[in-house]
Formats: sequence, C-alpha cells, structure tokens
Amino acid sequence: MKYAIEVEDLTVAYKEKPVLWDVDLNVPEGVLMSIVGPNGAGKTTLIKAMLGLVNTAAGRVSIYGKPYSKQRSLVGYVPQRGSVDWDFPTSVGDVVMMGRYGALGWLKRPGKREVELSLRALEKVGMAKYADRQISQLSGGQQQRVFLARALVQDAKIYLMDEPFQGVDATTERAIVTLLQELRAAGKTVVVVHHDLQTVPEYFDWTALLNVRLIASGPVDTVFTEENLRLTYGGRVSFIKHNGHNTDSDQEKRAEAGGI
Amino acid sequence: MDILSLLNDLLFDYTLRTVALGSAVLGIVSGALGSYAVLRKQSLLGDAMSHAALPGIAIAFLLTGSKISLVLILGAAIAGWIATLIIMSIVRTTRIKYDTALGMILSVFFGFGLVLLTIIQKRPDATQAGLDKFLFGQAAALLERDVITMALLGSVAIATMLVFWKQFKLLSFDPDFGATLGFPMRFLDVVLTTLIVIAIVTGLQTVGVVLMSAMIVAPASAARQWTDRLGPMIFLSAAFGALAGVSGALLSSSISRLPTGPTIVLCVSAIVVLSIFLAPARGLVWSWFRDRRNRGRLRLEGMLEDLYSLALQHKDPGHAHPVSVLRLMSADKGGVDNSLRKLEEQGLVRRVKSEDWALTKEGIEHARQIIKLGVGEGQ
Repeated sequence: MKYAIEVEDLTVAYKEKPVLWDVDLNVPEGVLMSIVGPNGAGKTTLIKAMLGLVNTAAGRVSIYGKPYSKQRSLVGYVPQRGSVDWDFPTSVGDVVMMGRYGALGWLKRPGKREVELSLRALEKVGMAKYADRQISQLSGGQQQRVFLARALVQDAKIYLMDEPFQGVDATTERAIVTLLQELRAAGKTVVVVHHDLQTVPEYFDWTALLNVRLIASGPVDTVFTEENLRLTYGGRVSFIKHNGHNTDSDQEKRAEAGGI
Repeated sequence: MDILSLLNDLLFDYTLRTVALGSAVLGIVSGALGSYAVLRKQSLLGDAMSHAALPGIAIAFLLTGSKISLVLILGAAIAGWIATLIIMSIVRTTRIKYDTALGMILSVFFGFGLVLLTIIQKRPDATQAGLDKFLFGQAAALLERDVITMALLGSVAIATMLVFWKQFKLLSFDPDFGATLGFPMRFLDVVLTTLIVIAIVTGLQTVGVVLMSAMIVAPASAARQWTDRLGPMIFLSAAFGALAGVSGALLSSSISRLPTGPTIVLCVSAIVVLSIFLAPARGLVWSWFRDRRNRGRLRLEGMLEDLYSLALQHKDPGHAHPVSVLRLMSADKGGVDNSLRKLEEQGLVRRVKSEDWALTKEGIEHARQIIKLGVGEGQ
C-alpha cells in the first residue's frame, strides 16, 4: 500500500509533559481519515507536528517519502477556526487568496489568476457571493467554509483539517461532509481531527484513536471497536456499541464528558 | 496667524519647514507600521521600546560625545531592540506573562536611562548636551540633516513593509498557516519588530520617549474605525499620523515653551476621539442612531400588530379600539400616543373617535406583511 503520510516514533513534549508519546502512524493514500481521542490527547499537536509547526522531541514525519519541508505544495491545512482574529481588516476573497501565497513565492503579487482561483474555491463551498464581505460579518459556519476554501485553493494532494465541524450548523456540517467525500473521490488524502464519536462510522472510512499514545489506526470497520474506544477514553465508554451510528446519543455525550 | 501667512511660512521659513517635514515623516512611518503593532495586539510593545530607548541615547552620547541625531538614534534603536528581545525571551523561557515582562523591562530600562541623564547633566559639558529634550521631544530643535536622516530611515522601513506585504499580512492574521506555506515566520517577526523600532526611533527627537508609543497606537486605532481593509487602513493611519504630527509640531513651535510630544499626542487623541464617535459603521454616533431607528420602527410595528390582533377578534380588521387597551398591551413601553401619531402620519391608522383608533386599509396590509415576515426578519 502506498502511504501519503508516515509518522515514525513521534514524541512531542511541552515543558516536561509529553503530549504525544512514540506515535507510529501510516496514512494510506486516498483515505478519508478521522483522528479521535479525548481532550488533551494530542490530536491538534499531531497535525501540527505533521506540518512542522511544533518542535518534536523525537521521531520523523514524511509526506510521500520525503520531509514536509520538501513537500509543502502537496499539503493543504485548515487550522481551527478560533485560532485567528476574525475582526482582522480583510475580506473573504483576500483570506482565500492567502492559500496561493506559497505558490506565489516571496515577491510575486496575487493577480487575475489568483482572484479567479479564489472565486472558484469559494463557489465549491457555496460562498461565492461573499467574496467581498468583511470577515467579521461571517457566522461560525461561514468562517469554517472560508478556511476550507483557502485550503482548496492550495490545490494539494493531502488535506489536514483541525476540527472543521466545531461549532458549525447542521447545513454547514452536511456541506463539509459532501466536500470531504468529493475530495476523497478525486483521490486526495484527507485527515480530520474530529470530536464527535457518533458520526465517525458515517463520515469516515479510516480512523486513528489517540490518547497521547496511538491506540489504534486502520479502517473504521475493524478499528472503531468498543475495546479500542475504552482504551482511548479510559474505560468510560463501555456502553458504546459497535457499529457506531446505533449508539444512543445521550450515552455518547456522557462518554465525551467522561473523556474530558 | 492666518492660513495664508502660515502657508507662506511653511514654504519659506526654514525652521517651520523643517519642523513640518520632520513631523510629517515621523507621522507617516509610525502610523503605517503602528498598524501592524495594533493588529497583532502588541500595542504596548511600542511603549516598552520607546522608553527602553532612553539609556541607548545616553550611552551613545557618553561613548561618542556626539549629538548628531544619527548616532543617538542608533543608540536608541539598539537599546529598544535589546529590550524587545529580552521581553520575547522572558515570555518564551519563563512562566512570566507578556504584560508583566513588558512592565518590568520598560521601567528598568527607563529608570536606568534617567540615571544616566542625571549623570550627564552633572558633567561640565552639560549645558551643550540637551539630551533631556528626548524626554518630551522638541520639534523646534530639528535640523535639516535630522529630517534627512529620518526620511532615509523611514523610506527604508516603508519600502521593506511594501516588499513583504504578503508575508506581514500572513504574520498578522494567521502565522501558523504562513509557516505551513514555507515562510520563516520567526524571521519575519524579527524583521517587522525591527521596522517598528525604526519607526519609533525616528520620532524620538520630536515626540520624546515618554509619549512616542501614542504615535504607534493612536493613528492605527483611528484608521481601523474607518475601513475594513488592510491597505486603506495602513494608508489612512499614515495620513492621520502625518496630520497629527504636523499640526502638533507647528502649534508647539509657534507657541514658545510648549513641549512638542504632548502637543502632538493631544492632536492625535482628537483624531482618535472623532473617529470613535463619527466613523460610519463602527462609530458610536451612527450606531446609536441606527439602534434608535430600529427600536422606533420595531415599536411602531408592534403597535400595528397589536391593533391587528385586537381587530381580528371582531372579524373586522378595521374595527376601532380605545387607546387605553393599547396602553395595556404595550405595558412599560410607553410612547403610545406618540407612536399612534406617527402611524397616523404614515396613513396606517386613523382616529375614529377622540380616544378610539382603527387600522386603515394600508395599515391592515402592512400588519399582515409584518406578521408574515416575522418580527426578527424585518431588521
């Protein structure tokens, strides 16, 4: 099997506390993968480590066999929506255009082509008519779509997304899921940090369970088991049945709360 | 002094021209680069940098004995820069928070600078030193060669800003994303910080170390009120900075013994206050008017709805009702008579008897529309 991302012996620590411990993870090309785990499990850190955004204490990450610094153009990144100031004086189209800055290099300025590409990306997320809107006027779901469009405009082979479903309305959630599935159908590899266990079997075909250590990774059918979930969330999800979507949502919430 | 003679002096009076040019340069540079400090929530960094520049000026003078502004400015820049690096490394390596580190370094450097100034003043050549003008600034003391130095430094800073426009935008909005694109964000951070140091030191002679940070923060926050785009904001901020700089410096040099720094800061504060109140969209005055208008409209619509729902009980939408019932329905909201009069002016209600009111045909139509749209949609 060809791997899009290979993580070997990855360890990350903030001060003395390990956030990720000896993680080995292979992501095959063309999968739509979720990373799940309780709060503080290191999901965001794992994604940031793949992108070279955090200092690693040990280990290696390769993208199609080479270090990330050589493969930047192959990777698109969707950070958490809350990581930026949405009152920044800029427009929706301008934010999306930032996705082209890497391809433009140090000195070239965005031109007609970039405007065109940004508009097309905004169309894909259903936001074309918002191109000139000031970003502070967007709802949470719209902000998320703008970030997705910014990643789409990077025209990458691998997409790393940090909690794209966090705090979005049902319509946006549907739209994002459709988009993710389109990306997979186009042969892209998509890795999503996800917090809603209930939707994992429905949305994803591949998953990784993480709690500082990697508990398991593989196809959802074989890996997303009661046993593995108990190992990940510390024994408090024993009532989660296999075949996820039959799960009682109330119990699910308790499981989430227990993990926190 | 009337406007014409002021213009005449601006063109032909050497001192006035130098002062005006110098303060314009300082306003443009600090206004433009201050925008980034404000957007990156580093407004107080400018304060620390400018206070920290004082010992640099004193040491530069002690070492060289020179009063040439380039030498003093260089000392100021080095000291400001060192202070910034210390602040950043304190935050990175210890548990001390950003604001605490700022406060500590600012006062330590400034205190040290004051001590050095006192020592210099006690020396036999003290009378020529005149370094205390760096505390509150003195525009009238600007020489042509000072202005040329300022203009050169400022042009380099602005040109660098324009070259790295994309990168600085990424740095200010989403540095992590910028890093994934391959831009060295820490290096860019150092470059931008250096540019802000340059902006500060070019203004020290005119505005002084104590109040220079106002020139970094104030024009940018005023400009942010008027626009929602980065380019126009930086341009406006530079313009506001220049306006405040020139008017403050001119005022202080035409009225003797008026310190320049405080005068310029008063001018820029006036611009900020006007912007906070008057700017469209973000200004307080307009949003107050908007709120009032909305509240008024909602009250009128509520009144129409009340009349309509009363009338429905009589199977005749035009049925008249006494004003006392309406008062009961809009309890605590007041202004019933006033609202009815306004609705009458719009032809939506009519007075049947002295105290009885009914909806007109247009009023019924209007009420139906409101109910169909829902109150919330009407905003």
